[in-house]
This record gives sequence, structure tokens and C-alpha cells, in this order.
Amino acid sequence: MPDGAAPVLDVRGLKTVFRTRGGEVHAVNSVSFHLQPGELLGVVGESGSGKSVTMMSLIGLLPSPPADVRDGQVLLEGRDLLRITPEALRSVRGAEVGFVFQDPMTSLNPVFTVGDQIMEPLRTHLGMTRAQAETRAAELLDLVGIPDARKRLKSYPHQFSGGMRQRVMIAIALACDPKVLIADEPTTALDVTIQAQILELVRDLRSKLGMAIVWITHDLGVIAGIADRVMVMYAGQVVEQAPVKELFANPRHPYTRALLKTIPSNAGARGDRLQVIQGQPPILGAAPTACPFRARCRHAFDRCARENPARRPVGRGHDVACHWTPEGADA
Amino acid sequence: MLDASPARPLVQVRDLRKYFPIHSGLLRRHTGDVKAVDGISFDILQGETLGLVGESGCGKSTVGRTLLRLYEVTSGSVVIDGTDIATLPPEALRQIRPKMQMVFQDPQASLNPRMTLARIIGEPLDEHTTLSRAEKLDRVYELMDQVGLNRVFANRFPHEFSGGQRQRIGIARALALNPRFIVCDEPIAALDVSIQAQVVNLLEDLQDRLGLTYLFISHDLSMVRHIADRVAVMYLGQIAELSPRDALYADPLHPYAKALLSAVCEPDPTREASRQRIILKGDVPSPANPPKGCNFCTRCPQVQPVCREVEPALVEVTPGRHVACHFVTPQSGTAGPTGGTEAKEHSQQGEPR
Repeated sequence: MPDGAAPVLDVRGLKTVFRTRGGEVHAVNSVSFHLQPGELLGVVGESGSGKSVTMMSLIGLLPSPPADVRDGQVLLEGRDLLRITPEALRSVRGAEVGFVFQDPMTSLNPVFTVGDQIMEPLRTHLGMTRAQAETRAAELLDLVGIPDARKRLKSYPHQFSGGMRQRVMIAIALACDPKVLIADEPTTALDVTIQAQILELVRDLRSKLGMAIVWITHDLGVIAGIADRVMVMYAGQVVEQAPVKELFANPRHPYTRALLKTIPSNAGARGDRLQVIQGQPPILGAAPTACPFRARCRHAFDRCARENPARRPVGRGHDVACHWTPEGADA
Repeated sequence: MLDASPARPLVQVRDLRKYFPIHSGLLRRHTGDVKAVDGISFDILQGETLGLVGESGCGKSTVGRTLLRLYEVTSGSVVIDGTDIATLPPEALRQIRPKMQMVFQDPQASLNPRMTLARIIGEPLDEHTTLSRAEKLDRVYELMDQVGLNRVFANRFPHEFSGGQRQRIGIARALALNPRFIVCDEPIAALDVSIQAQVVNLLEDLQDRLGLTYLFISHDLSMVRHIADRVAVMYLGQIAELSPRDALYADPLHPYAKALLSAVCEPDPTREASRQRIILKGDVPSPANPPKGCNFCTRCPQVQPVCREVEPALVEVTPGRHVACHFVTPQSGTAGPTGGTEAKEHSQQGEPR
């Protein structure tokens, strides 16, 4: 990806807090990242690390209350989505930013046909007539690899399998030719052979349509197969960010390193024991004043308890939020 | 992981079937069956871990549950340590239950939210032993130590624990009666990756220490490669291939096993870029209406006319490797009428739907 091009999406210092009866939960803490045109950014992290909340905050998908997007900027081609009217944001959602959710079973409306649901954004955002929208919807179904598309428009979601429903979700997200597609664990609910079909479809669509994609997952294998660049999240923060090959070859954050060691591989030598990250992720009761990973970190030292590390560059396009420097690495 | 003693089968399953009846119409007449498990046979040796992999709906969990007779067996036999439990009367079955236990997928749903940890772990002891209260508590503490739960948690409730800790509670409960055989039904599927490793290491430690025999059911092929000695690949209620772990992962013989293994993403971008993938077309057929002949014939990249007519039997093609495919025979040892090499070709995607 060219470094010089203006990012299509630029997020700066995003903070999201949930107000609950048990007090505030700081789910997203000063998250900054950018997305280049045509790029696929993988976002990895465990459950509760704030990956989904970050992406939903961007386009106002979180109900408020309890959610409160407290600070930051979300620049979509220069326009700050946190500071535009709800009506303007409505026209961004679905038209300029598409969203694919994890569970294709629950994110389609069971009482409308698949065709109606693909046509809805076409008619609201692009003002197409019914006939135009129907033609376009059939093209979209065809694009995502559903055979006999015209006829299948009249089917209901329950008549489709999980993999086909996820294809429909992708067709809806692509309907208005968005600049950015956010895919939140789109293959997690699917079987591996179906996941392989969807990944193949996305690779194919990227080369055809050239949109920028944010792909949220906890599966590092999927990331390795599909992403250009990876952002690792932990406890509501971005702890490391690098091009995909660099991240797997040269992980710098102790959390990333540990995460890569916990997963057994299908190829190569089989290890005797799996590496373990001891302990649990922290509870995000307050904005952190220290490194959130220090309690589980093998390399933690006194500075980690005093100061939450800021992200610092450690290589080309590679930055890490950690005070520790591995031996033999450049500071 | 195997003991020095000659390995003999602890569990012998022969032609096991489990059909769930479909009733329809006003009179709820029996109109068909979901053939969740349709004639499978395998052995699990003393002290080994047999991995059972397959996609959702292939019947792997049903196998686990039928093996412990949590479901009634439709036909076939399940011999555990010399006793055929498929036909055992209820009281005799109850007597034998301590030998065989289960760890469930969802630690949230399989623990009673109103019981304390000590009562959950101690319940099997109430049911099957005559220990005094103090002895029971000692045993509960011992079990908590074994699975790495702090004794001070004994009076807490399941909701106070994280997913990984809850799974430890489920494991402690399964261990309470000194079982010999444990069915682990997707024990790590609901856990985060960093926690999965903790639970898998615990299961391995316990196996080494207590000489347990596991049936490890999972859809996570990489984790099965880590933990299992032999692996059975299931498709639509039947075993497609049953092979020693290393042989299966190095060179799967059955076309479905090949496709399944090639679909797993590698956590390595360089290998991912060069990897050959076999993308299967379509979806798994309904187990209520499986295709005639080989059950994989609707998606198989190498399907031949004979596959749509004749059901292949699971045969031993090389020592220890069992494959159910017409084109993997003891002579050929490879899949496909023209040999196995083309099977890796990306372009072979089976017939159009």
C-alpha cells in the first residue's frame, strides 16, 4: 500500500465509555488508527478488548445511553463523523461505510425477503426505483456467488444456509459501493470450509472493487491469510500496529508475542506444551494510568506501573505501546 | 502419552447409530429421521486421546453424548471397559456412570447458577459415594487443587468466575469420581485463545497424572493436532477418515479430510500466501435426507458415477489408517482415480450446484 496517499479513514484519540450501574467502563481508550484506500486492516484482540466497540463508535451504532463517545475524531475523507448531525450520519451508514456483523442468523430480518433487504439501502440511499433496485440486487447476489440470483431474491433468510446468509450480508454492505467496509468477525460463526469460501470471496471482491476494509477477528490465522496491516488491541487500547508480515515475523509487544505463541499450528513441528498467558484481562473501571498488560507481562518493570506507554515507532509502519525493548532490537 | 503397558481398547464402538425421529402432520406421525450418527465404528485405546473433528451438524457432539448414553442408542454397541452400555438397564448404567464423565462446551450453561462451587464439584460424590461431609470437602479441595482453583473460592457461585475458571470447575466435577474415560465436547470453543491454552494444558497434565482416556471433540483442527494421538474426521454422521495424528495432518487421504485441512488458516502470512486451498462448493446436505451412495458425493472434487450409487465402507488402507472412499484403496493409498497430486489443484471445485 502506498504510504503517501491520504487515508480514507483517520481515527484520532477515540474514547468510548459505558455508564453502567456498577460505574463507568472505559471500553475504548484513545484509539488512533488510519485506513488507506484499498487496504485491508485486520483488528485482533480477545473478547472485551474493545475491537467491536471501537468500530461501532465510529458510525454511531452504539445506543446512548449507556454508551458515550467522549472524545476523539473520526475523519472519513476529512469529514468528522462525530460532529455531524444524526441525519448526515444516517446517510453515511450503509452508503459510505458498510457493516457486516458476526452473526448472519440474527442480523437479517426474518420477515422480509432477502431481495427486500438488499434493495432497502439502494432505495433509501441512492433513490433507485423498485425495478432498478431489483436489477442491482440481483447483480449483487451474483457478485457474492449466489447462483440463480433473480429467483433467490424472493427467498427468506431461513431458506439460506449460514454461509449464504453471510454472503447476503456482504451483498447488503456492498450495495451502495461503500468507501469503507467494516466486517466484525464475519466468519466466526461459520464452519471452516464455509469460512474458506467467504475469505476467497472477499479476496476476489477486493481485487474487483478496491474498497478499504476493516476486518475484526480473534483468529490470527484468518489475519495472516487476508490482511495487509494488523492492529492488536488489548483492554481498549491499540498495543501494536504493523504490516502483516512484519507483525508475525517480528512482534514487539509482549502481548502480541504471547498471543502468537498460544496458538498451535497445523504445519511445522508440534510443540510439547502450549504457551500460556497467565491471568485475566483487567477490568476497565477507570481510564488507565499504567500499562494495562503489566499484571500478565513477563517483562514488566517499575515504569510500567507508573506510566501508560504511548505508541512509538519501532520500524517501517510498525509501532508499539510498550516501555520494554527486546534484546537486540533497536529502541 | 501412551503408557508402557500394551494399549488395549477402553472404548469399542461398533456400527453406532443415533437417529432423531421427525414427526409431522396433525397426528405427529413418524415421517423420517435425522440420521445424526449413521453407522460409525472406532476404538479408543487406554490412555490415548482420540480427536473427533468435523463441521457443525456432522454429528460429532451426538457421538459424544451417545457414547455416554446421554442419548439412547438407536442401534449398535458401545463397549466401555468390557461392558456394553448401549443396552444396559438403568440401575446398572447408574452404577457404571462414575467411570465415564463429560466436560461440556459451555461452562456457563452446564453449571447450576444457584449452587456454590463446592456443591457443584461435590454433587457426584453425594450421588455415588457414602463419604462423610468432612471427607467430601477434603475431596472437593483436592479436586480444586488438581485443576488449579484456589480453595478460598469454594463457597462462590459460578457467575463470579471467568470462562476459563468455569471450565476448570466443569473439569473438577468430571474428575470427582475418578473416571477412566472423559468425553470433552468442545471444551475450549467458548474461550479466548489465551485461555484455551491454559485449559488444554490442564487436560494434558491430568491425563499424564491420572491415566485418563479422552474423546476430544472439536472443530478447531489446530488444537486437535496438538492434543490428540489419533484423529477421526466426521462428515454427515459418518467417519470419513480415522488416522494417527501425524499421518493425517501430513497427508490426509480422504477428499473431505484434504479439503477440511486445507481450509484451516495458518497463523503465518508467508505460508498463507503460498498455501494451496481446496474450496468446497456448496453446503453440507441435510442429515434428514443424506445423498445416495457416498455422503460426500455432492461436494467431492473427485466424484465419479460409482460414488452416487455405492456407499464406501471405512477400510484400513495402510496400517492404522482407515478411510471411507472408493478411490483410496490399500493398493493405491491415494485419493482420486488419477492419483492424489491433482487433488491439490485449486481449480478442482467439484460439480456446479
